[in-house]
Amino acid sequence: MTSIIRERIRDGLWRDNPALVQLLGLCPLLAVTGTLINGLALGIATLLVLLGSSTVVSLIRHQVRPEIRIAVFVLIIASLVTAVELLMSAWFHELYQVLGIFVPLIVTNCAILGRAEAFASRQPPVVAALDGLMMGLGFCAVLVLLGGMRELLGHGTLLRGAEFLFGPWASILEIQILPLDDGLLLALLPPGAFIGLGLLLATKNWLDQRRAQRPSGVTQPVSPTPHSS
Amino acid sequence: MHRSAPHLRPRHDVPRLMQTVLLALVPGALAMIWLFGWGVLLNILLCAATALATEALMLRLRSRPVAPVLGDHSAVLAAVLLALCLPPLLPWWIPVLGTFFAIVFGKHVYGGLGFNPFNPAMLGYVFLLVSFPGIMVLWPAPELGPSGLLQTLMASSNMARIDMVSGATPLDGLKTALAAGTPIDALRNGIGLFSLHQDSDWLLINGLFLVGGLYLLRRRLIAWQIPLGVLLGLTLPALAAWIIAPTQFADPLFHLFAGGAMLGAFFVATDPVSAATTPLGRLYYGLGIGILIWVIRCWGGYPDGVAFAVLLMNLAAPLLDRLCRPRIEGQP
Repeated sequence: MTSIIRERIRDGLWRDNPALVQLLGLCPLLAVTGTLINGLALGIATLLVLLGSSTVVSLIRHQVRPEIRIAVFVLIIASLVTAVELLMSAWFHELYQVLGIFVPLIVTNCAILGRAEAFASRQPPVVAALDGLMMGLGFCAVLVLLGGMRELLGHGTLLRGAEFLFGPWASILEIQILPLDDGLLLALLPPGAFIGLGLLLATKNWLDQRRAQRPSGVTQPVSPTPHSS
Repeated sequence: MHRSAPHLRPRHDVPRLMQTVLLALVPGALAMIWLFGWGVLLNILLCAATALATEALMLRLRSRPVAPVLGDHSAVLAAVLLALCLPPLLPWWIPVLGTFFAIVFGKHVYGGLGFNPFNPAMLGYVFLLVSFPGIMVLWPAPELGPSGLLQTLMASSNMARIDMVSGATPLDGLKTALAAGTPIDALRNGIGLFSLHQDSDWLLINGLFLVGGLYLLRRRLIAWQIPLGVLLGLTLPALAAWIIAPTQFADPLFHLFAGGAMLGAFFVATDPVSAATTPLGRLYYGLGIGILIWVIRCWGGYPDGVAFAVLLMNLAAPLLDRLCRPRIEGQP
């Protein structure tokens, strides 16, 4: 059992990361990562939906006829997204307005449907829930990283707008790291998101390759990316 | 090369090609230095130094031999082309950043010289233009005269902000006037046929780049289809629009000698790596660039469209080559 748990954790966070390896859900990933907080908020929302959908899909996996399974999955995901959307609108209304259409669009995030179809519908609920949690965390981590990179280059700050997520006291969290009058506007525009994601992908592949080349006795499986195979 | 057999020497090797292109840029560059001051020269030096350093760094990181690639002058050429697009009196880190981006993301990320789908110089320029839209269109007003060396160095090191009467390039002037509803004829106070040019600066610069380009054509270092295509593509729609509505559209001669038209047509679009390679493909590639320049100038948000047009057609070049592949003899 522990080996299964360890494998789920490693897959979700690194080896099979939805954003960096499966390259799924890129639309919200690229669109809302203008700041770290926006990325974190959408990451948490996606994480909640993914956790819920994986659990529910796994619970009903024996009752659903295979012919209609996709429709049922989409229905489940859509209900969960609606719930998350209403929760956000109630408690984090400013953030909800900043993220706009990308909260309802979590429905179309293929990482979620992909996990439901490829993993959760074939596994017991506990494993499926763990997988959903880890995949969500992996996705969220990439959103935060990319948001942080873009915010740093574009505004020179980090944690700008933290008060939307953590309440009014959190506005002191904003740190000015680079003294920029007007930052690199490109980093905040869509091309900056693509270039940033490309750099993250390259870094991950580079780390994987370096680990694969290291002649130590540790048997680390090579990441299933095209570059390192 | 082996010495014994009677090998034919290749007509052009890369270092010599790049050297000759650099040489052909000299008259236009000198005119820009004369007209706009030391800032242009400083930009060229900053860009070239950054390009060499970045190229060496990237080659080192990719564990490739450094010396032969540095000696092919391709990085310096890209840097000089980028520098000639930049307004003078920029803080020093802007040309450095742009060149770094051009060499790393325009060239080495794709595998170095010969593999880059986009023109690195234009990629660097567009990167700067999109990132710093305010400062990148500030050309010093010509009536102020070229700024002195000390003034340039102060502006470059960010010690003093120079008051610049904002960009009075002919393209800017035209755009502002049209937006204000002034008919074009009210702007005509220039020289003869070129009367739309408010001053002769850009006329002279473009003329000298045309001379340099004709020299390259005569040496057969660039494919004639590309500049011809660019100039035709720019002239034909401009001519049609000017005939239909002469009060709202500038005449073709204005477009040909304004902004970066000649530099783009002869030196940027003809980059052998990122351009189309089939004869017919080259013609279409040039036409596309010319038409796009005119469209962006007339309706775009930025004053000039050469860089965007070149990058867009770089994207289309592989497709054009595929469509225009010469028929193999004996095959349908």
